[in-house]
Amino acid sequence: MNENVVWNWEHAAAVLPQLLEGLQITVLATVVGMVIASVLGLLVAIVRRSKLRVVTFPVGFLVEFIRSTPLLVQLVFANLLFAQFPSLAIGCVVLGIHYATYMSEVYRAGIDAVPKGQWEAAIALDLPRSRTWGAVVLPQAIRNTLPGLGNYAISMFKETPFLFAIFVVEMYTAAQQYGADTFRYMEAITMAGLLFLLVSYPTSLLVRRLENRLA
Amino acid sequence: MPENDSTPAIQFQGVGKRFGDNVVLDGLDFAVAKGDRVTLIGPSGSGKTTILRLLMTLEEANDGLIYVDGDCYTHEMRGDKRVAIPEKRRSLVRRRVGMVFQQFNLFPNMTVLENITEAPIHVLGKPKAEAVASAEALLEKVGLADKRDARTMQLSGGQQQRVAIARALAMEPEILLLDEVTSALDPELVADVLGVLRNIAETTDITMLIVTHEMQFAREVSNRVLMFDGGKIIEEAHPDEIFTSPKNERTQEFLRAIL
Repeated sequence: MNENVVWNWEHAAAVLPQLLEGLQITVLATVVGMVIASVLGLLVAIVRRSKLRVVTFPVGFLVEFIRSTPLLVQLVFANLLFAQFPSLAIGCVVLGIHYATYMSEVYRAGIDAVPKGQWEAAIALDLPRSRTWGAVVLPQAIRNTLPGLGNYAISMFKETPFLFAIFVVEMYTAAQQYGADTFRYMEAITMAGLLFLLVSYPTSLLVRRLENRLA
Repeated sequence: MPENDSTPAIQFQGVGKRFGDNVVLDGLDFAVAKGDRVTLIGPSGSGKTTILRLLMTLEEANDGLIYVDGDCYTHEMRGDKRVAIPEKRRSLVRRRVGMVFQQFNLFPNMTVLENITEAPIHVLGKPKAEAVASAEALLEKVGLADKRDARTMQLSGGQQQRVAIARALAMEPEILLLDEVTSALDPELVADVLGVLRNIAETTDITMLIVTHEMQFAREVSNRVLMFDGGKIIEEAHPDEIFTSPKNERTQEFLRAIL
């Protein structure tokens, strides 16, 4: 058998089952992370609109802090700090919190894009705060944020390989393991890359269509 | 304060409003009796719209007191200190005041009917069936019964404004504020909106405060005209009088310029 070549199709096929298993973890981490990021990001956006500096200042500081430090460092740090929790859970939460700081900006822009007249009409009807947000502002703001949400979901999906650092066996880690076992890194990593592409490219097309539809 | 018909619907007492260094209203005093239809006229920047916005709590006065039907609205005197009234109490007064805006400001994420029933259901706590029934009656009144389930974006400007009028009336306000309600409309759509307002003026006893450039409409509907300039009332009279023989020189100039 010709073992010297850079590319061997048999290995490329053999690594697939492991990669697909890893892909499930990758998708799981992205979905859970995205749910956390969208909910938390919205809360952050709303809290930061408050006029109370005792509230906005600490939240603002935390947001800047999280955005100014690398995701990889945050993952490893959280994993050390909360060693008693499963790494996958920590990974999802850290991804979620990290992206919440970016999502909050998307929400902020979406909320700012709701015309002032909408707020004024809500006041003129004496709507309570909860209805103004829940029935008037957010339904319009969130429409504006859907493309941003989609783009961050794709970018989070592509950053899941960082979970490698805290020993979560997502797709990239699975590829690394196959490489370590067989010394065939090229096939494993290439196939993993192709699978990433296979998921993220169609998703990005979908997001772009959504963007056009909403524009 | 005891309720009786001599209590003015609206009373301003020494009301001042500044935006930075720009004094928009300066120690303004005036009262509007119940059922009055008062038109505010004057050059832009004279403070007319600010008066409506103060009454809707979209702006807050820097000095003075505003009463609605004898009740302190946004501020009250405690001893000789002017203190803000908490939101809960403001809200009880605010819901007796309705406003129609120049830009309609309908909620685009709701249907026409939902726009009208939103506040009666969620502010007044009306049962849904009742709110829907009165919303349908109001749509009938403004001539848009067939648009019940339309999205607001599908309507013309004139139709949107008529929905906005119905939305304000659905709260059964004692006071209705009309802020240049025809200024954003194409000329051919103005008549429908004015027709609806004329009908409301004739069939209800709602107190109205009107800021408009439609002098013919002001003349037909209102029983009092206040001419503003530099944040003060410089002339007030019955419309027949002020439009035909204004006394103040600034009023004469203003009316000459716009008529």
